Amino acid sequence: MSILSIQDLTVDFKSMEGGLRAVDHASFSIAPGRTTALVGESGSGKTVISQAIMGILPEAAQITNGKILFNDPADGVETDIAKLDPGGRRMRDLRGNRIGIVFQEPMTSLSPLHTVGDQIGEAARLHLGLTGKQARAATRDMLRLVQFPDPERALDTYPFELSGGLRQRAVIAMALICRPALLIADEPTTALDVTIQAEILRLMNQLQSELDMSILLITHDFGVVANMAEEVVVIYRGRIMESGPVDEIFRDPQHPYLKALLHAVPRFDMEPGERLAPLREIKPETGGHLMKPREETGSRGAPIIEVDRLSKNFMLRSGGMFQPPRMVKALNGVSFTVKRGECLGLVGESGSGKTTTAMAMLHAIRPSSGQIRYDMNGEAVGGLRDISTLQGEDLMAFRRKIQVVFQDPFSSLNPRMTIYDILSEPYIIHKSCNVAERNERIAELMRLVGLDEKHLGRYPHSFSGGQRQRIGIARALALGPEVILCDEPVSALDVSVQAQILNLLKDLQDKLGLTYVFVSHNLAVVDYIADRIAVMCRGMVVELADKSALIRDPRHPYTQALLEAVPEPSLDHLLDFDALSAGRASDPQAWPEPFRPRPDGPAPELTEVAPDHFVLAPGLTEAAAA
Amino acid sequence: MLVYTLRRIVGMIPTLLVISFLVFFVIELPPGDYLSNQIAQLKAQGEASSVAKLEFLRHEFALDAPFWQRYLIWIGAWPGPHGFSGLLQGDWGWSFEFGKPVEQVVGPTLLLTVVLNFTTVLFVYIVSFPIGIYSATRQYSWGDYGFTLLGYLGLATPNFLLGLIMLYLSNRWFGLSVGGLMAPEFIGQPWSVDKFLSVLAHLIIPTIVIGTSGTAGMIRRLRANLLDELHKQYVTTARAKGLSETKLLVKYPMRMALNPFIADIGNIIPSLVSGSVIVSVVLNLPTVGPILLTSLQSQDQFLAGFIILFVSVLTLAGMLISDILLAMVDPRIRLGAEAGR
Repeated sequence: MSILSIQDLTVDFKSMEGGLRAVDHASFSIAPGRTTALVGESGSGKTVISQAIMGILPEAAQITNGKILFNDPADGVETDIAKLDPGGRRMRDLRGNRIGIVFQEPMTSLSPLHTVGDQIGEAARLHLGLTGKQARAATRDMLRLVQFPDPERALDTYPFELSGGLRQRAVIAMALICRPALLIADEPTTALDVTIQAEILRLMNQLQSELDMSILLITHDFGVVANMAEEVVVIYRGRIMESGPVDEIFRDPQHPYLKALLHAVPRFDMEPGERLAPLREIKPETGGHLMKPREETGSRGAPIIEVDRLSKNFMLRSGGMFQPPRMVKALNGVSFTVKRGECLGLVGESGSGKTTTAMAMLHAIRPSSGQIRYDMNGEAVGGLRDISTLQGEDLMAFRRKIQVVFQDPFSSLNPRMTIYDILSEPYIIHKSCNVAERNERIAELMRLVGLDEKHLGRYPHSFSGGQRQRIGIARALALGPEVILCDEPVSALDVSVQAQILNLLKDLQDKLGLTYVFVSHNLAVVDYIADRIAVMCRGMVVELADKSALIRDPRHPYTQALLEAVPEPSLDHLLDFDALSAGRASDPQAWPEPFRPRPDGPAPELTEVAPDHFVLAPGLTEAAAA
Repeated sequence: MLVYTLRRIVGMIPTLLVISFLVFFVIELPPGDYLSNQIAQLKAQGEASSVAKLEFLRHEFALDAPFWQRYLIWIGAWPGPHGFSGLLQGDWGWSFEFGKPVEQVVGPTLLLTVVLNFTTVLFVYIVSFPIGIYSATRQYSWGDYGFTLLGYLGLATPNFLLGLIMLYLSNRWFGLSVGGLMAPEFIGQPWSVDKFLSVLAHLIIPTIVIGTSGTAGMIRRLRANLLDELHKQYVTTARAKGLSETKLLVKYPMRMALNPFIADIGNIIPSLVSGSVIVSVVLNLPTVGPILLTSLQSQDQFLAGFIILFVSVLTLAGMLISDILLAMVDPRIRLGAEAGR
């Protein structure tokens, strides 16, 4: 007997341009006490299904066919949710009471004006008829259950006083306070850092066994699926492609879409040289101006960028008129070298300073101290030069040599410019060639990233996320740069598109002899594309090594915790939830000797523990000096 | 919270100083002053004896002193010809135009101005709040369109025209006396219940007339704010808890949409005062508006300066109230202010 059974469900959206079928005759069921993962890419209709179950479909959407049978184990009554009035009494009694939901964005899914305790206890007051006092006690218990450090105090805090991980715990507590029979978790960890993700996943596992509920886990991440789910349902364009127990799905996928999807995910155990297989591969077409040998290319492997003890402090405005502003150290003595022709991966969680480093390398922000030296090979002055001293023509030359690809393909292209305008802008700014040559180059760029030059007159909104990211790459390539800074270029993209962009970047590097600095929070992605990896934490580089050395033999406790927390899309390397130490690993004060930083000491220096393997270990440095 | 309030009040002092300086500066911008204009006029008519008297007065009011001294004397931080006597000491100055102290000229009108402003703000808020919420929750319904149309009419109709029409109608239908803030027989009489009722009855029209455009604008703002909030994630979260739509609306998005609503209290006062000058003249209201107009025309500097400063103080008070209310309603503001400590 399943707790929820979806039969032949169809959901249609009305819109100005006519209808859209978001869910197309989907059928699957969820067994009691088990976790079912609903897997699909963006736009596949997985969230619409969750909304249909909760009766919170947007107004434009309508259930046009099928049943959603909810079988409440508490009283054994079977209800067809599809037939209920979404705003009506019976649906409201189910919602938040027997079925709970956790949304993706912990930052926005809580009201900033109400205390955490108020928002969590609300459902209990509503459904269980508790008084304010009882609800407060129940909320305190719930917060303890989701492992809030100080439940009593948390009751009266506001969501903006909590970190992302704690907020998501609060949202989970809110969904579970009435002990629902079914919990829908809609991408519950997508917006979180990987170490926090692992803790939230562990928490959900524990709660499931404690409260004996079923979980419908909606995700696009096969790593999460492998670690959490018992049953898997794969959805593509509103249709269920395949469903079954998790080991069948992973070991013996039947449907070509599922097979392709599984091959598109980067894994740690890939063979050297093994390529991801995207659903649709792009063959970059090169030739003409872009392939013209540039005047010079320095020797491969020589340093092209040297980042030397870079620090950046930000002043925070304080509330008072007379209080001094507070200072935040975004970067603290960051040093590394980028070699010509390599891809250096910069890995870290949010707030680790990786984007600040990238922006400083672009000369987009001024460091508080330290230098960035760039190899201006062949230019008038030549050699490694401090980029903060560059001026006039030298600075323009530097800007042509280093370009950037941004994270968000939606906001990094001006919606009021056509693709032609976007791609010609670099040439106009740098006055580099006449109109005829510019047009030839733009057409070449389009072919290079696998887009049709006939689409040059279109605006960004008529392209998909992956296509837009390719336009962003084309723009970065326009001036024939030596170095491209990729700031999380694939983190906003679906798995299949991600593989496509990663392969494109690899091919372009080979063909054009580019140097990449690849910033990402995703270790598997960095492992796939990078040659060397630098791990950052709290504004410091904690470990720097060749990728194989770093992945196989991590020395720093933070790197180790980070690697342990990555859910791999394979049943052979499941997360060891008991061994997780992630919560504390990002706090430098909790690192054991010899890794603990010296608060008053000079800027931290890396120690070489093996050939080309550097670790931040002040204890070792001191020992070596003594 | 108390600290926050105190800090806000202390912060008002430098603001007031700057405002008073700007007011004085602007009023002194035209060449000459009230008395020198009079002197020029008398000289042209050849009346030399009066000129001497006026020259004496010029000295008496320190109008021949340099600019910064005049300013300091005005605010009472510098000894004038008769010792310290300025705003700080409670001496509001002398009105040349009316030939009596400013206090006596504006005194009777100040209370009525404050009362009229207060009722107008109240009117704006009471009317626009339900309509704004209705329009936002039933976007693109006939009701929404109807209120939108009414709102645009309110914005577009000149206030004095609306005032005249309403005066005429209320006189025809209810027999209300035309103009003024009370029936003629009560003017100059001590306060009584009848007088109070008469004032209330006469407040209705000016309140509506002055408040219409403010109300229309406020409805649009509230509607837009609420529409933004209605589709936020936390509303969906609340709905997923099983709250009914009405409860949900009141508890979450409406609280959020309240912020700009409260923040406008301070902004709305100066626009009401300056916007009501013509209406006050047309409706013959004894507010400071018409007096301000006369004083500006005749360069009666102390009178004009005082009135403008008075309106500024009203505005600052409005801002203070809205800031304190905001801090009470929104923990982000309250805790943000305290988190920096």
